[in-house]
Amino acid sequence: MFYRAISYIVGLAFAGVLLISLFMGVSNYVSNPPAPLPEEDFHKEPKALHLASDGAFGHFDKKQLQRGFQIYKEVCSACHSLSHVAFRDLEELGYNEAEVKAIANQWALEVPDINPETGEAATRKATPADRFPSPYANDIAARAANSGALPPDLSLITQAREGGAPYVYSILTGYQNPDNYRNEEGEPLPASAKPTPGLHFNPYFANLNIRMPPPLTSDGQVTYAPGNPAPTVDQMARDIAAFLVWAAEPNLATRHAAGVAVAIFLLFASILGYLAYRNIWAEAKRKVRVTGVLEPENQAKTRRAKRKQGVAG
Amino acid sequence: MSFSWAKSYEPKHPAMRWLDERLPLPRLVYGAIGGGYPVPRNLNYWWNFGVLAGIFLTIQIVTGIVLAMWFYATTDGAFNSVEHIMRDVNAGWLIRYAHSNGASFFFVVTYIHIFRGLYYGSYKAPRELVWILGLVIYLLMMATAFMGYVLPWGQMSYWGAQVITGFFSAFPLVGEPIRIWLLGGYAPDQATLTRFFSLHYLLPFVIAAVVVLHIWALHIPGSNNPTGVDVKDEKDTIPFHPFYTAKDGWFAAAFLLVYALVVYFAPNALGHADNYIPANPLATPAHIVPEWYFWPFYAILRAFTTDFILPAKLWGVLAMFTSILLLFFLPWLDRSPVRSGSYRPVFRTFFIILVIDVLLLGWAGGQPATALPVAIGQIASAYYFAHFLIILPLVSKYETPLPLPRSITDSVLHGEKQESAPAGVNTGNKKTVAG
Repeated sequence: MFYRAISYIVGLAFAGVLLISLFMGVSNYVSNPPAPLPEEDFHKEPKALHLASDGAFGHFDKKQLQRGFQIYKEVCSACHSLSHVAFRDLEELGYNEAEVKAIANQWALEVPDINPETGEAATRKATPADRFPSPYANDIAARAANSGALPPDLSLITQAREGGAPYVYSILTGYQNPDNYRNEEGEPLPASAKPTPGLHFNPYFANLNIRMPPPLTSDGQVTYAPGNPAPTVDQMARDIAAFLVWAAEPNLATRHAAGVAVAIFLLFASILGYLAYRNIWAEAKRKVRVTGVLEPENQAKTRRAKRKQGVAG
Repeated sequence: MSFSWAKSYEPKHPAMRWLDERLPLPRLVYGAIGGGYPVPRNLNYWWNFGVLAGIFLTIQIVTGIVLAMWFYATTDGAFNSVEHIMRDVNAGWLIRYAHSNGASFFFVVTYIHIFRGLYYGSYKAPRELVWILGLVIYLLMMATAFMGYVLPWGQMSYWGAQVITGFFSAFPLVGEPIRIWLLGGYAPDQATLTRFFSLHYLLPFVIAAVVVLHIWALHIPGSNNPTGVDVKDEKDTIPFHPFYTAKDGWFAAAFLLVYALVVYFAPNALGHADNYIPANPLATPAHIVPEWYFWPFYAILRAFTTDFILPAKLWGVLAMFTSILLLFFLPWLDRSPVRSGSYRPVFRTFFIILVIDVLLLGWAGGQPATALPVAIGQIASAYYFAHFLIILPLVSKYETPLPLPRSITDSVLHGEKQESAPAGVNTGNKKTVAG
C-alpha cells in the first residue's frame, strides 16, 4: 500500500507539473503569439533535380562529372577547398593516368611542402597522390578574404546540407532581386529581411541572405568541350551538383550495384528459409491437429449448414 | 533446464563424446538453443525480435572492431579518418554504413522486443529478473550509442555531447563537477573523445555479458507465450531446434533484407546532415537533435518549461531519468496475475494508447522546440507517467480479465469455449470469448 502510494504521488507530481507547464505555455502563446519570422514566410524548399546517380540503380554520368569538375576547377576552386578528394580519384571520372598527372601538375595552386635542403616551408607542384590544395592557408585567412564568411569545404557539401544535390543546384540558380521578389502568397520581402551590403538575397538559403556572390552569372561562363550541352547557368549548376555528389561519395555507384546483389541474395535466402520453415513446422502442426467437431473441415460444414438455415455466425 | 521432458544431450560421434566428457560445451549449446530447450509451441512473430537483437549486437561488434582499426580518436583526426574509411579503405563505406545503420536497427528490434514484453506481460513473475536484465542492456545500449555518435566528431557529435553531459549540470551543487568529471574538461575536447572511444569499445562486451545473464535467467522459467498461460506438459512445447531456429532463420534473412535496403540505398536517411560538418565549438547548429531512438526522452526533457518549486531544467532531467528507471519497478506496479494483454481488455486499450503516446513523444522530440511540438510533448509525457505510475496499478486492481485458456495446447486447438480461468483469478461474471 505504501509503495503504491509512492507510485501515485510520483506519477501525479510529474503529470501535474507537465500540465502546469502546458497551461503556462498555452496562455503565454494566446496572450503573446509569436510573430512569424521572415525566414518562415520567404524560405523555399530546394527545386527538383534529377541526376543519373539517383535511385537504387543510379550510377554516375561520367561526361557530366567531367563538366562539373571543369566548373569546380574554373569557378569554385578560387574560394572553396575540396580537401577529402585526391587528384588520383579523378580517374573514376574517366580521365586516364597521364591526364590525371597533367591535371595535378598544372593545378593553379601548389601544395605545401618542406624544403628538403633547408627544412623551411615551401610549396611544390601537386601529384596524383595529393588531395586538392586549399585556396587559403587556414580558416582565418579564408574569413579575412571573404568579409568574415568561411567558404565551406565542398567535399561533403551534398551530404552536409539538408536537401543534398538539389539544394546546391537551387542555391546556385536561386539568386534573385530582393526588390522584385514575391513569395507564393504574393507578399514582398519586408525591409528587415533585405540583404545588407555584402550579402545576396537567395530564398533557398536558410536565412535568405548569403555571403557568397552569385558564382554562375552568365551563359557560356565556362567553355565546354565539343559534344557537350550548351553551358547555360542552369546546365552548369546541374553539372557541378552532379560532380559534388560524386565528390561526397565516390563509392556511390559501387554501393548501389552491391546493394542490388545483396538484396537479391537475401530475398532468395528468405524464400528458401521460409519454405524450410514451413516444411519443418508442417509436422508439428499436424501433431496438434484437432479431431471431431473442432476439425476445421467440420467447422466449415457447420458454418455452411448454419448459413443455409439463415442463422448468423 | 526447467522442464522434465527436456531432452538431454546424447553425443553421437565419438569425438563429440570425448569433448562432452571433458568440456560439455556442445551440451550447453544443445540445452540453450538446441533440441534440448523446450519452447511454447504458440509463439508468434513478435517473439523473433530477441534473436534479431542478438544478431544486431553481433553485427555492431564485428563492424565496430574493423572500424576501430582505422579510426583515430583525436579531435584533429577523427572526422578525417572516418572520411578515409569511406573513400579509401576497401569496403570501408560498407562497414561504416553497416555500423551506423546497425545502431538504428538494433534499437528498432529492441523497442519491438520491449513492447512485446509490455503487451504479453513478460516482465511478470517468474521473469522479473529477465525484464530487469533487459533494461540494464537497454541502458548500456543507450550509453554506447550516445558515445558512438560522438566519435566521428561532426557538428552533431560535438553539440550532442555538450547537451547530453549538460543534463548533469541541472543538479544543484554536484551537477557541474560531475559534468566536468565526465567530459574531462569544461567542454567536449580530446579527453572526452578518447574516453568515449575507450568506453564505446568496452560497453558492447559488457552488453554481451548481460545478454548471457538475460538468456540464462530466461531459460529457468522458459519463454512466455501469447496466451501468458504457463506451460503445463510436453504437448505445450516443441524443441527450440529445429522449430524456432527455422522460424528465426527465415525471419532474420527477411529482416536483414530491410536492413540491407537501408544500408545500400538510403544510408544517411536516419542520420543528420550536420554530422557531415566537422565539429566546430564556435558555431552552434540551428537545431540540435539527438538520434531518433532518443527522441521520446528528449521530448520528455523539453516538456518541462515552468519553474515549479524546482527549476524547469531539473524537472526535465529528473523526469527523463525517471521515465526509464520506473520500468525497473514495472513487475510490481502491474499486479494483475494475468500476463497476456489479449485477456485484459482494459489494459489492452491503455497499452494501445501508450504505443501511440510514445510515437507522439518521438515525433515531438525530433521537431524544433516550437509551440506545438512542445505542447504535444507535454500532454504525451504526462500520459507516459500517468500510464505507468497511476493507470497500470489501478487497472491491475479493478480490471476483470477474460477467461484464460486451460493450456497452450487448448488455445492452439481453438477450444476457447471450454476455457476457464486458473485458480486465484477473479473473473467476475462469466464472459466468453468469441471463437
